[in-house]
Amino acid sequence: MPILDVHDVTVAYHRKPVLWDVDWTLDEPRLVGIVGPNGAGKSTLIKAMLGLVPLVSGTVNVFDQPVANVRRRIGYVPQRESVDWDFPVSVLDVALMGTYGSLGWFRRPGAKQRALAEKCLEMVGIRDLEQQQIGQLSGGQQQRTFLARALAQQADVYFMDEPFAGVDAATEQAIFQILRHLRQQGKTIVVVHHDLRTVPRYFDHLILLNVRLVASGPTATVFTDENLRKTYGGRLSILETVGAAVQAQERTP
Amino acid sequence: MIFWDWGSLYNVFVVLAGVSLLAASAGAIGCFAVLRRRALTGDALAHGALPGLCLAFLIAGERSLPILLLGALASGAAGIGVIALLRRWTRIKEDAAIGIVLSVFFGSGVALMSIIQNWPGGSRARLESFILGKTAGMVRQDVYVIAGLAGLTLVVVLLLYKEFKLVAFDPSFARVQGWPDFWLDFLLMLLVALAVVVGLPAVGVLLMAALLIIPAAAARFWTERLGIMLILSAAFGVLAGVAGTLVSTFLEKIPTGPSIILAGSLLFGVSLLFAPKRGWLARRRENARQRHAARQRRFLSVLYDATEPALPHCVPVPLAQLQAEPAWTTRQLTKLLEDAQRKQWIEREGDTLRLTPRGLEHAGQTARNERLWKLYLEEYTDQAVAQLQTDLPLLESVAEPAVIDALARKLKLE
Amino acid sequence: MSLLAFSDFHLAFWSIAVGCVCGVACALLGCFLVLKRMSLLCDAVGHGMLPGIAIVVLLTGTLSSFVLFVGAMVFGVLTAFLAQSLSRFGTVSEDSALGIVFTSLFAVGVVLLSRFLGHIDLDPGCVFYGLFEFVPTKTFILFDVEIPETFSPTLRELIATLVEVPEAFPTMLTALVITIVFVALFWKELQLAAFDPELASAMGYNAQLLHYLLVALVAACSVAAFEAVGVVVVLAMFIVPAATAQMLADRMRPMLLWAAAVAVVAAVVGYWLASPWVFACNVGGMIATVLGAELLLAVLFAPRHGVLAKLVRNFRLTLRIAGEEILAILYRARENQTRVDTFVLKDHGLSRFTIWLALVRLQRQGAIERGASGWQLTDTGAQQAESLVRAHRLWEAFLGENFELPLDHLHAPASRVEHFLGPELQKQLAEQLHEPSKDPHGKQIPPVHEPQMHSDKST
Repeated sequence: MPILDVHDVTVAYHRKPVLWDVDWTLDEPRLVGIVGPNGAGKSTLIKAMLGLVPLVSGTVNVFDQPVANVRRRIGYVPQRESVDWDFPVSVLDVALMGTYGSLGWFRRPGAKQRALAEKCLEMVGIRDLEQQQIGQLSGGQQQRTFLARALAQQADVYFMDEPFAGVDAATEQAIFQILRHLRQQGKTIVVVHHDLRTVPRYFDHLILLNVRLVASGPTATVFTDENLRKTYGGRLSILETVGAAVQAQERTP
Repeated sequence: MIFWDWGSLYNVFVVLAGVSLLAASAGAIGCFAVLRRRALTGDALAHGALPGLCLAFLIAGERSLPILLLGALASGAAGIGVIALLRRWTRIKEDAAIGIVLSVFFGSGVALMSIIQNWPGGSRARLESFILGKTAGMVRQDVYVIAGLAGLTLVVVLLLYKEFKLVAFDPSFARVQGWPDFWLDFLLMLLVALAVVVGLPAVGVLLMAALLIIPAAAARFWTERLGIMLILSAAFGVLAGVAGTLVSTFLEKIPTGPSIILAGSLLFGVSLLFAPKRGWLARRRENARQRHAARQRRFLSVLYDATEPALPHCVPVPLAQLQAEPAWTTRQLTKLLEDAQRKQWIEREGDTLRLTPRGLEHAGQTARNERLWKLYLEEYTDQAVAQLQTDLPLLESVAEPAVIDALARKLKLE
Repeated sequence: MSLLAFSDFHLAFWSIAVGCVCGVACALLGCFLVLKRMSLLCDAVGHGMLPGIAIVVLLTGTLSSFVLFVGAMVFGVLTAFLAQSLSRFGTVSEDSALGIVFTSLFAVGVVLLSRFLGHIDLDPGCVFYGLFEFVPTKTFILFDVEIPETFSPTLRELIATLVEVPEAFPTMLTALVITIVFVALFWKELQLAAFDPELASAMGYNAQLLHYLLVALVAACSVAAFEAVGVVVVLAMFIVPAATAQMLADRMRPMLLWAAAVAVVAAVVGYWLASPWVFACNVGGMIATVLGAELLLAVLFAPRHGVLAKLVRNFRLTLRIAGEEILAILYRARENQTRVDTFVLKDHGLSRFTIWLALVRLQRQGAIERGASGWQLTDTGAQQAESLVRAHRLWEAFLGENFELPLDHLHAPASRVEHFLGPELQKQLAEQLHEPSKDPHGKQIPPVHEPQMHSDKST
């Protein structure tokens, strides 16, 4: 049973395709890195897998089921800029949000959830900040908060959008240790990553993406100069032209 | 004029009860609207309610509050729908869409109202009271309706507190977790609509937005917790509502709506200025403190630099050298000197000053930390920028020991 | 002295004139407001200037002085400035700041009006819905003329009307003139600021100053119009013509002209509908309603951006895709020598009706025919189909070369994209792939034909 099955997924914003026919399957738990240049559709691919953006074509299955059926088994770390950090909640509140999915409607988080959230904060090393308002945190601490929230989801598959962006080295190490720990527990983690230098050290499976899927597979075999040149060597100009033609003619939503 | 008898006193209580209830529910639900950046959608909703009020009167043929409010709710919701449709289907942007709904709906409401008033018996509708708000006419039945709606709002917010909090903070995370974020958002807007509609008789169409925004924005200054913000906001709403109603009852020729809003504005102004931590004065003081601390660090560094070559002796440093520094004005320097003398860091000797042993220890530490930071910023730029704070904490408290060792070794070499 | 004390003609003439002048001034400014996304600021300024008006009226005792402009502009700019400062220094989000400032100022204005000005002819009611009907009734004589008895009665009435001008009219005319001069003077700066304020600042234009000038003008136009239509309907006069024009025009100049035209139509039709002969209701409200109706028409029927135009475009595309799919199926059927009687095109989301319609259309074009052996391509149909199949297989070849896709995953993407690959793109593709003759499945890629077969595909 494949853990993740992305079948011929195409995604368009304002009718312009930003992700063309991505087809990718993951059968074993892996620590997966999605790598590619800016505007390559890395975040879009994650959002497509999570069902956050409408697909023009294709399907996504997680554990052989549509994403909507397996929400409980999915954890998510969005980009740090995606929320308002001036929102009046504490670090603990945010970590507790990870437990909401298992709580269901109306029920408030209790002592059990609190203990779990605190344990997760402990794991990411910011237990002592739990009463702080989230706006007072540094970038690295904010990222750790998001990670703690995802851990509190107790998921089997984690999707993380640029968790290493704009964090200090200590945080980067801490996050990586946690990812490895999760991986050892048999979880799958899909990470959008931008720093090529750390790729071979961090990930055991790689997706090279530039609007289309350039290569995917074990890092050792995929992370080659040839593939990187194909990924970072600019767009296929014809793809751009065809994209523009589709945008000009496609049905208006 | 108010004549003091039991009847009028009773009326005042009825009105106050009604106003308090609606201000509390508007205040609480307004928090979500403000945090969700939907503050002005509430304004559009209020304006959009006017044609519904008029149509409801035309259909019912009499002034019955529940029916009027139902009409208002329906047309307010229609207004929100039109905004969504315009955004989805046309190139018109959200702000213009809000403006369009607000003005066109209100305009058609005004036209309808003038038609109604020309009808025989139309003037009994007293629909104008919905534009600016008039609480004096509130009767017990009205208060029941308001209480019911406010109670409903309260119950829903209590039940769905966790869900609303999540959706307001991070809607896409909510969706990944399986919450119907669209419908929760819709319910939230519906509650806003309910609060608006309930508020219409008291503050009127034109100022309803204020009752949603002002208490919530004021409450935000006092707390960093959503739950407390909700309670505070509701309390501020009640306070403004009661104060405003009383003022307009006892002073002649002051309409209720504006007087409630002004009471709220006053509350907001006080919060803006005087709230601890987030208030303007507190933040100004904090900024001044930080700037002073920065100058003090600079002051100690300059002294240490001047003293360093002759160590272990503390040679006198001419005052002129400090005065030549561009980092402070003369007045600020005077303050720094006084401060340092009080802490017994320095001794003045005419036109020179000298570090005391205690001052030397302090200045040495400060200078070392500053140099370490400078080097850290040069060598580990990314990391350092991420950790840099205005009060320049000891590097030991942020960076790893290995890094500090390396930096310290480098410093020695220089 | 007037010969006829406010005849119907006099009322109608000046009402419409007032509506047009105010409407056009607001509409011209509105275009920039809508493009700069300042609609809500405009609403706020319209409300926030009220204390200015109240104070001026309190001091001078009249509504028709030019000082009124100053008062309104000061408070209008103050509104914008306070809101901006509040969101910058007070950690309040922008929309909340706007809401707080304008409601508070407006409340101050209303209190001033109702407390101190009850006896002057500016009652709060007028502030909200305006008293259009009364604007032409306070008049002054522009110059005294002796109208010769020999003129016809119509001419006499016309002259009498023209010389007796409503007191508010010069104010409104001034607002219009200032607006036009402003727009003409700052034409390129305004366009730049609307398009890209940061670039404008980088190029040395003081975008902030321009912003506040715009705000001041908004206040000036609002004050000119507010006695007639009230503070809320003024917003409609700013925003709705501009939004309507935005649906109809793609460039600045036509947009301004459309907006002005929309405003004039609304003034005329609105006055007529509100007049005693039709609905006998508030003129300002009716103007706003008519503006809304105009916008609705534009949203539905605008030639390029209208909803209907979009629906038609979408349907034509669907029909084209259906037709092309049918041709492709028949082509492949001919290749494989199979018989086709019915078409099922589920994966394209095409309904039975669409397929039927596409079949009828293709038959009429003479591209297909129904024979004893099922549906068949004619020669023209075959040519069209060939081009399509060429596009399909070229794309499969392209995918095969550049994408990480298994062989059996090429067909579906290609059948989505094939409809958008015109002859030019096909040529580029073929060149880039070094003129392949076979697709990844080993099927023949049909050679290129004369260009006319794709004629109905050009954008």
